Amino acid sequence: MSEVIKLKKGLNIQLSGKADNVFGQAELPEFFAIKPADFHGVVPKMALKVGDKVKTGTVLFFDKYRPEIKFVSPVSGELHAVNRGERRKILEVVVKSDGTDAAEQFAPAKASELSKEQVVEKLQAAGLWPFIRKRPYDVIADAKETPKAFYISAFDSAPLAPDYDFVLTGQEEALQTGIDVVKRLCDNVHVGVQNGAASKVFNNLKGVTIHSFEGPHPAGNVGVQIHHTMPISKGEVVWVAQPQEIVAIGKLFAEGKYDSNRVVVVAGSEVEKKAYYRTKLGASISTLVKGNVKKDGTLRYISGNVLTGTQIDDDGYLGVYHSQVTVIPEGDYFEFMGWAAPGFGKYSVSRTFFSWMCKKKEYRLDANMHGGRRSFIMSGEYEKVMPMDILPEFLFRAILVDDIDKMEQLGIYELAEEDVALCEFVCTSKQPLQAMLRRGIDLMIKELS
Amino acid sequence: MKALRNLLDNIKPHVQKGGKFEKFHSTFDAFETLLFVPDHTNKNGVHVRDSIDSKRTMAMVVMALVPALLFGIWNAGYQHYLAIGEAAGFWQMVGIGALKVLPIVIVSYGVGLGIEFMFAQIRGHEVQEGFLVSGMLIPLVLPVDIPLWMVAVATAFSVVIGKEVFGGTGMNIWNPALIARAFLFFAYPSKMSGDKIWIHGLSDLDGVTGATPLGEAASGHVDKFANGAFDLWHSFIGMIPGSIGETSTLAILIGAVLLIYTGIGSWKVMVSVFAGGYLMALLFNMWGANELMQVDAIHQLCLGGFAFGAVFMATDPVSASRTEAGKWIYGFLIGVFAILIRVFNPAYPEGVMLAILLMNTFAPLIDHFVVQGNIKRRLKRAKVNA
Repeated sequence: MSEVIKLKKGLNIQLSGKADNVFGQAELPEFFAIKPADFHGVVPKMALKVGDKVKTGTVLFFDKYRPEIKFVSPVSGELHAVNRGERRKILEVVVKSDGTDAAEQFAPAKASELSKEQVVEKLQAAGLWPFIRKRPYDVIADAKETPKAFYISAFDSAPLAPDYDFVLTGQEEALQTGIDVVKRLCDNVHVGVQNGAASKVFNNLKGVTIHSFEGPHPAGNVGVQIHHTMPISKGEVVWVAQPQEIVAIGKLFAEGKYDSNRVVVVAGSEVEKKAYYRTKLGASISTLVKGNVKKDGTLRYISGNVLTGTQIDDDGYLGVYHSQVTVIPEGDYFEFMGWAAPGFGKYSVSRTFFSWMCKKKEYRLDANMHGGRRSFIMSGEYEKVMPMDILPEFLFRAILVDDIDKMEQLGIYELAEEDVALCEFVCTSKQPLQAMLRRGIDLMIKELS
Repeated sequence: MKALRNLLDNIKPHVQKGGKFEKFHSTFDAFETLLFVPDHTNKNGVHVRDSIDSKRTMAMVVMALVPALLFGIWNAGYQHYLAIGEAAGFWQMVGIGALKVLPIVIVSYGVGLGIEFMFAQIRGHEVQEGFLVSGMLIPLVLPVDIPLWMVAVATAFSVVIGKEVFGGTGMNIWNPALIARAFLFFAYPSKMSGDKIWIHGLSDLDGVTGATPLGEAASGHVDKFANGAFDLWHSFIGMIPGSIGETSTLAILIGAVLLIYTGIGSWKVMVSVFAGGYLMALLFNMWGANELMQVDAIHQLCLGGFAFGAVFMATDPVSASRTEAGKWIYGFLIGVFAILIRVFNPAYPEGVMLAILLMNTFAPLIDHFVVQGNIKRRLKRAKVNA
């Protein structure tokens, strides 16, 4: 075990509604969908027509410019709909499940007997390649690049996030197989674990370098972990994946099937039974939340956590990279003189509300913005929740003026949206920092490729 | 509340685009958001946000200014009766002080907010809260006997030239309140310096003068400093002539505690301004070439606008240095320059104002070097890796 990396900066938002480590029972829904918008920079091109029969692992669509990157169906059934938005942009590719587990067959294989190219080919054919993402830019990895490392964060420090130790208990074998596969892609595999947590599943992994982290969110963000162990400079690439995705990779090689099973945690102040549920990738959350949420007021359903997740309807679909559903109050109310009230129950990092008197409390936060958007006024706010040697405000300024050189110099390669989410949370001026960062990243990709 | 909400909802369609009173959109919006935190929810990005907003932040600063304001009101009365040699009770002092001070506050807010509302409407954005603080800072750095029309002119100048031309709150280079004071200082020097203006009622009295301690020291009189009206105790409590809100170091420190505790004011800036000023004054103590140089270092920090500048002016996040390392340098240099100007230039005994404006100008430069430092560190790391 290597030394513990202690992070002081950051913030654990005291959000109420943490799930217990138990499994709840819920039926699988009828509808599943893959949302192309979950994959940055992918232009989807449909491979099937509505009404076509699909099996688990059948290609639904692929990237127009990199056809080898395929996106497959999580269940067997038929292609039910292709929901389009403005300018016919594909929003959701919906599959209606037939309840059987007919699956495309991919031959099982031993990773150690395959070359890197063969592994890549196999992953791409089975639709698992999109789960390997790269830093910089947080986009699907480019198989032609040689990463300097493969990094897996073994814990999620975001509010109400799932506990991967619990989720992956019983999957150790598949996880190890997955790691062995990944090692064919890049021999230098690193895993970031939380110091103090049991992390049995991860500490017993073979053939990986383990780093131990301590501190508040975003200590579990893979970008933060990379920053502290092997910072990314210009021209360098690190590939990343999440633990459940490694398991799916392992199962592909062990069983020859595309494994779309996922464990998701359903949490948040408005959920009745906060627990872990077994479901599949892209599942409609309807069966998870129906009858399982509080009745009063409008609710906000989030695929993912409250910092980085996407808003969905109560019958919307799980995001591809998400293993969490959060339900909080929508907060679409007017609050009389809210900015002047003493604010005993209001959560704030600053001590401008009297809530500082009751520190330990958990807060039922809603999606209200609590104010209007302003220009940057306060300084030093972002730095307090950014455990990296990066000056966030100056980076954002560079992004605002499209100054690519400055963005590069100020560390845009090391950041993904999730890393600046806390900055956005604490921002007095209510700036949309994650969207801003993505704008900067998109510009970098466009200009540098 | 419900009725109020309904009223606002009824008016709303008329002031929106295409409505009859479209011209008042920003004004309506300002009042609406003042009364009700809007029902806007986060659409993308984070779903939850910290409860703090710009209104709360500015309101906190105004709260922190209240002790200085209240003390200033009392002190205006106290100095008045002291100078004319009449005995007076506490409420009498407060009464005459309020009579002099509150009109200045009202004029400052009236003119400033009026202009802000106009600009917001023309530009089509929300009224920004920055002036809530500036509107209180301006009266507090003015002498009590200043004519109200001057307050109005200075406020208008500071809002338009000091802030709006740059794009409004968050974009200005210099502290708007200090722009107002500097404008008056250079445009109407006779009304902003001398020994008649600091105490109400002196201009009608012949033979009685009431210079500020710094004014007296600049002209070579330091006899009251060691023992007497300007000793350390009086200066700390604030029972000395001076601008309305700047005299009481005690009241200012109460405000400082509030700002630091709530996390709104930068303690780094405050501490470094005091440290810079103290060290510079200590250095001059050793030199001791003129009377002001001999004033005890701690005493120096309690005189004039030093404490007020350090706590309320230098910490303005928009015009201050925005990097954490930069804040130390920025604050320290303000302290150094404030004492330097005060000691070496008898024409401007109030060096704090100029020191802060000077460092406001250089804050981006300081930040530039801090940012370059970060960039170099990053490059070096890349080379080590390579």
